Amino acid sequence: MSKIEWPLWEVFIRSKQGLSHKHVGSLRAADEEMAINNARDVYTRRSEGISIWVVESKNVVASDPSEAGPLFEPANSKAYRHPTFYEVPEGIKHM
Amino acid sequence: MEKNNLDSLDTIFQDKVDREIKIEPKDYMPDAYRKTLIRQISQHAHSEIVGQLPEANWVTRAPNLRRKAVLLAKIQDEAGHGLYLYSAVETLGADREDTIDDLHEGRAKYSSIFNYPTLTWADMGMVGWLVDGAAIMNQVPLCRCSYGPYARAMVRVCKEESFHQRQGFEIVTQLAQGTPVQKEMAQEALNRWWWPALMMFGPNDADSTHTAQSMKWKIKRHTNDELRQMFVDATVPQAELIGLKIPDNDLKFNEETGHYDFGEIDWDEFWQVVKGYGPCNTERVSARKKAKEDGLWVREAANVYAEKRARRNKKVS
Ligand SMILES: [Fe+2]
Ligand SMILES: [Fe+2]
Repeated sequence: MSKIEWPLWEVFIRSKQGLSHKHVGSLRAADEEMAINNARDVYTRRSEGISIWVVESKNVVASDPSEAGPLFEPANSKAYRHPTFYEVPEGIKHM
Repeated sequence: MEKNNLDSLDTIFQDKVDREIKIEPKDYMPDAYRKTLIRQISQHAHSEIVGQLPEANWVTRAPNLRRKAVLLAKIQDEAGHGLYLYSAVETLGADREDTIDDLHEGRAKYSSIFNYPTLTWADMGMVGWLVDGAAIMNQVPLCRCSYGPYARAMVRVCKEESFHQRQGFEIVTQLAQGTPVQKEMAQEALNRWWWPALMMFGPNDADSTHTAQSMKWKIKRHTNDELRQMFVDATVPQAELIGLKIPDNDLKFNEETGHYDFGEIDWDEFWQVVKGYGPCNTERVSARKKAKEDGLWVREAANVYAEKRARRNKKVS
């Protein structure tokens, strides 16, 4: 069978006003217009969305999970960024 | 990569799985895990797609507009399920069209249940009630599968499946409570579908080669026999309630175990169908092949159109 494929697109859906778009999966489509229409049919058959983003998968730049240790290390050693790091004297309110 | 290094990566991987940490697409995973998932998820996708065919057989002959709209919506969901799953399989580095060609060339399988014909309208009821019912038993535990994209696809699928089962049960119930001829039609359909539905859970545990490894990897959470028992326990009382008889003379509630005992499955029939000699195997695969071939020009044209539009947009800007 000859191989004619459509590019792969990542689909992001905003489920309601006030929430961010969230990744839901991917699909194949010839162009961005078809990608939006297909995303509607594949991912919002039960009104799961009010807005759709599609991004061609090859344009997504991702961090490497095997490098996650060093990449996120700077945050790990800074416990003082969290409120629980600090001791609040007994009796102190609204803090 | 060095052997020692690989060993320790495998240990870290299994440790993550043991601690219920999901494996995501770019994470390290053993080759065998990746291969197993590609095989399982693509075959699951094929089952969703091929599964549309026996139901499509009744769309134009649905008894009324409501039934027709419901059946169409259900079939459209199955197409969606197939697409969620092809999307998941592509995260493993497999090519969607390659997996589809595997199906068309006979290298990949799909659920054997779809190799049975849908002879009467009552079969639409049985497919929803029993086939989707059995699929739900299989799929609910897959929502906790160790591979993130598969688990997430299953969550979406499971949300949609309960409508499928209910619409089927509604059809069966109405027939079972209808005229004697309608009731007979429902009973006859149950007689044909019951055993193939039980076969959907696969071979007995003793004969299931992949189960132990899949459970260690937490792809699978229950054995075939456990799932089959859960299905029987859930379904038998439903049949009783609407006055249909399960076609199994050995079926009996066991007070001691709290489960239904049931008769022996005809494994010869099961293997015959798996090996390609079921009533509709050839028909199903050739229908899929024809759909791909007939649609080729559409895909080609859409690509050319997309290119042309991109060129035109470039000129304008
Ligand atoms: Fe499905
Ligand atoms: Fe379904």
